[in-house]
Amino acid sequence: MIQISPHAEAALTCTLDERSLYLRRLVLGSVRSAGRGHVGPALSLIEMVRVLYDDVLRIDPKNPRDRDRDRAILSKGHGCLALYALLADRGFFPLSELDGFCGPDSILGGHPEYGMVPGVEASTGALGHGLSIGVGLALAARMRERNYRTFVLLGDGEINEGSVWEAAMGAAKHGLDNLVALIDYNKLQSYGPTDYVLPLEPLADKWRSFGFAVQEVNGHDVGALRNVLKQVPAVAGKPTAVICHTVKGKGLPAAESNADWHHKNKLTDSELDAIRVAVGDF
Amino acid sequence: MRNTAMNMVHKLAARDERVLYIGSDPGAGTLRAMSKEFPKRHLIEGISEAHIIGMSAGLAMEGFVPYVNTIATFLTRRCYEQVAVDLCLHNLPVRLIANGGGLVYAPLGPTHQAIEDIAIMRALPNMTVICPCDADEAARMMEQTLDWKGPIYIRLGKGGDAVVSKADHGFEIGKAILMRPPGDVLMVTTGIMLQRALAAADLLAAQGVRAGILHMHTVKPLDTEALLQAVRGTRLVATLEEHVPSGGLGSAVAETLIDKLGSNLPAMLRLSLPDRFMHNYGSQDSLLKKHGLSANAIATSIEHALAASRISTPQLHST
Repeated sequence: MIQISPHAEAALTCTLDERSLYLRRLVLGSVRSAGRGHVGPALSLIEMVRVLYDDVLRIDPKNPRDRDRDRAILSKGHGCLALYALLADRGFFPLSELDGFCGPDSILGGHPEYGMVPGVEASTGALGHGLSIGVGLALAARMRERNYRTFVLLGDGEINEGSVWEAAMGAAKHGLDNLVALIDYNKLQSYGPTDYVLPLEPLADKWRSFGFAVQEVNGHDVGALRNVLKQVPAVAGKPTAVICHTVKGKGLPAAESNADWHHKNKLTDSELDAIRVAVGDF
Repeated sequence: MRNTAMNMVHKLAARDERVLYIGSDPGAGTLRAMSKEFPKRHLIEGISEAHIIGMSAGLAMEGFVPYVNTIATFLTRRCYEQVAVDLCLHNLPVRLIANGGGLVYAPLGPTHQAIEDIAIMRALPNMTVICPCDADEAARMMEQTLDWKGPIYIRLGKGGDAVVSKADHGFEIGKAILMRPPGDVLMVTTGIMLQRALAAADLLAAQGVRAGILHMHTVKPLDTEALLQAVRGTRLVATLEEHVPSGGLGSAVAETLIDKLGSNLPAMLRLSLPDRFMHNYGSQDSLLKKHGLSANAIATSIEHALAASRISTPQLHST
């Protein structure tokens, strides 16, 4: 029997502030323009990305390749709409780009590409790649005696991939306390519940046993996320895993915990109306 | 060839602090001297090839030049998506040093025999594919890998292969080496098929057949110019490879000739392994012999093909 984490319960009832609603309007505006997009996976991720880019990462949008910047990799590349919203809002590229999402000449594809999108550190979309790349970045920092930190955002479905656990062993072997894995634990993957598709529990114990210092948090509670992410590494000498309990589709009642909203094509008029009610006019 | 290539990693590391050796779980003592001299740049990361490729990508993004080393099949089949996405899509300078290309691991069976590696590596945009023929050439090749922009797949032979390359051939990635001038036939080889081709050429000479040899150590990018130059006036182009017939050197040569010569093609003979997994063991040599890739069998196949081309298409190629 799976024990439901109090953080998971809190995520379900957690209310969203105006900035979180604004970011959702940006995401859903892109979906409306493109007539497609991974809605659920982006909406579960927004507060994680928001806190990283607003409060945690040492980055300069005007100098996105600065040598000493913190590195962040969206390993669950299909959550890119959340990342694009934050990068645009923070000035890495103009907000107007969001309307071109998935267009023939857009820089913003359905998965983020390095070299195309300012602020994107690695091309992702194929799952199970980001943590290994992150291990390489973090190890390079160690070897070069540099102080930047590496954050990797993973999906819960993504960690079905064995390569993630190879990477976890590698990170622990090297004691990479400059590496943070954030897991968007929304408990719903493309087909359905994670505990139906491939059970992950006991998830925190798994990461712990792989040598990570583990924190669990309500992934929609901006204050709580801030507290956790501002205190990394959680334990000196160990990589950190932050299990963010989230709700897939968070903020849209119709989409919440609904696998049908994993990827959405054209939004209907009634869906657009419901979105306006939920997040405001956009 | 293998020891030489490994020792070259050490030498390059001594010269350039960007150089890393990353092994999965190689043989005991692999690059021990390097591990003592540069312990931080000699990394053994476990039987986790998918992870190792991704990690190497991360290190290369930060300016390192990782030389990743394990058995060819594991460096290609096992982690193909990581090679494609993490290395090729990002066009990163990671070098894949593949032990036991082709049938080197004949006694260990089909899980260890890299018979389609050239095809699948060659298919990837930005990938360079190199198959040196002997230890001396491997050393010259490794010198050129330090500053090559994108990823490189290096298919190593068994070791102890007869040294047939010469210093004055030099080595430039993407530049074929004309070992013997073209005659009635031009053999195009890669890797350790060169030794067989040289012996076959001697056998053919004894029969009055002039055989040229173009050593295509770099299968991608293919040296189109050298190939077109060498096929001029020859009646038969024979490709030799320790590889399945799909997608390897023979395919690359055929594609290039079709693209450049259109309907004015020379006759072609593609000598390769069959399109199936090997279920025999023995040795690299015994399997090559079994599949018609010994010097004797190559010479015989070429004689037959020349005879057949004389009958069917007397004016084969006039450009």
